[in-house]
Amino acid sequence: MHVLFKPGFFSNVPVRHALVLGAIVALVSGVVGVMTVVRSQSFAGHALTDVATTGGAGAAYVGVSPLAGFLGGAVAGAGAMEFIGVQRARQRDIATGIVLGAATGLSALFLYLNATSSATTGVTQQVLFGSIFTVDSSTITVTALTGVIVLLVLAVVWRPLLLASLSAEMAAALGTRVRLVGAAFIVSMAVAVGLSSIAVGSILSTALLIGPAATALRLTRSLRAAIVTSCALGVVATWAGILCAYDSYDWDPSSHGLPVSSFIVGIVVLLYGISGLPGLRRRAHARNRDVLRTHDAHHAMPGSA
Amino acid sequence: MINAWEVGTMVAVVAGVVGFFVVLRGSAFPAHAIPNGAFAGAAGANLMGISPLLGLGAFSLLGAVAIGTLGRRTRSDVATALVLVLMLALGAAFLSQSTEYEPQIFSLLFGEILGVSTSQLTPVLIIGAVCILATFAMFRQLMLTCLVPDIAHSKGLRPAVVDLMFLVIVAGATTMTVPVVGALLIFTLMIGPPAAARCLTHRPGVAMALSVAISVSVVWAAIASSFQSNWPVGFFVGVFSAAWYGVARLAHTALRARRTTLATAISYTAAS
Repeated sequence: MHVLFKPGFFSNVPVRHALVLGAIVALVSGVVGVMTVVRSQSFAGHALTDVATTGGAGAAYVGVSPLAGFLGGAVAGAGAMEFIGVQRARQRDIATGIVLGAATGLSALFLYLNATSSATTGVTQQVLFGSIFTVDSSTITVTALTGVIVLLVLAVVWRPLLLASLSAEMAAALGTRVRLVGAAFIVSMAVAVGLSSIAVGSILSTALLIGPAATALRLTRSLRAAIVTSCALGVVATWAGILCAYDSYDWDPSSHGLPVSSFIVGIVVLLYGISGLPGLRRRAHARNRDVLRTHDAHHAMPGSA
Repeated sequence: MINAWEVGTMVAVVAGVVGFFVVLRGSAFPAHAIPNGAFAGAAGANLMGISPLLGLGAFSLLGAVAIGTLGRRTRSDVATALVLVLMLALGAAFLSQSTEYEPQIFSLLFGEILGVSTSQLTPVLIIGAVCILATFAMFRQLMLTCLVPDIAHSKGLRPAVVDLMFLVIVAGATTMTVPVVGALLIFTLMIGPPAAARCLTHRPGVAMALSVAISVSVVWAAIASSFQSNWPVGFFVGVFSAAWYGVARLAHTALRARRTTLATAISYTAAS
């Protein structure tokens, strides 16, 4: 027992906070992630973490709360993406890229101004690689509350959204307001991503959004099962990563330790790799062919076939 | 300062040429992921005490090959996202072991174009020229596989292979540009100017020339503004690129509206 759980793991307050926060983020990302992968919006999901970071850097410069900066940045970014590129699916990635490019430029400015005013040091590193170990309990409450709101919104739009993702034409013919549900989804995703990038950093935010969901979609037959699997995998990966990071302080004689995000990402990618092994994969392939193939045919990019 | 103009122009030309296909083929996500992930290679090279260019080259090439081969077997956006986070996680691990301090991370991400030394010029020029030549050598294949996949197939072209080759070109462009303009800036240049050019014309040759011209104008204006204001070049590149795209989109909409009005007027006259 002591070999695996080093002394003090369970009594350590930062570790306990990290376990709770990691679980919340993994659960929300697990649900949002399934829809993100089904809609092929991984790029937007990742880009919004960078856009949220811009908001965070801006908030640090102006002096408002970083949480407001991250959320505001992500939601504004999502709005801009939705505003620019709605006509065609192929234009969506370009719209995402344009917004990401502009946000990156702003990031450069804010970080530069922060560095020169030198009121806040270490912002670059903290904003980019934010650590799950440095959160306080008020962040946990806010993350949990906002997470619940995101999940409620998703529950309301889930069915029309799914229909619109599989066949926009059919959805429109059946009276679904395709653009409205798409916008509702990208804003919910922005809130979820903004929260997770302030709580666990932008690298982990993308990893937890895409990895467990893509793994679950390979392994399960129905979307409902995929959501449950995705949440479970996310929580397991997060907790295992936190444990490894805590233990890693004893591996290295110089006691540097390794970042928790590296461990969690490693586990997430490993799980995805395992789910692609021939035995597991073929079964899953046959199972969800109907749902996913229809979708792929709609969104396949030329040249990626 | 002269170095900055030369390097900036070369980077802009490469971004304009390669970016044209990034936009046409919808490869925005890989074009973001490769430079961003390659940043981890530079951090690793720094830790091992070898040249950052070597680390950048190795990581951008590995990233391109991983995205190209995995993307064929699974959803390509998922493959890109996972390869990207894996490289970033390695980068975070490298950084945690080194005593790197903030200004150096900043310059890797956002570039130090005004501080380019003469010894950095030669590799940039050589790799840039190779990227442009490779793009022109593959021009037909790149066009065919994304615009008319059926004809490409009947000509025996394999889209997956062409895709992989293209990502390797993007990796080359990344290796050459990250040390001078930073990982984030090169992406902006590969998306904004070509997307603006595509709004303004439908003819591929014209669009590519326009994309190069816009990209060069963005870089020149950004270097001048940065020199004047002392603000980072990346900020101006980001803002100018987005502004060009905005203007081009407006022009596109206005042109289309005028054409439709004209067509309606003509048909109305003809009918009466």
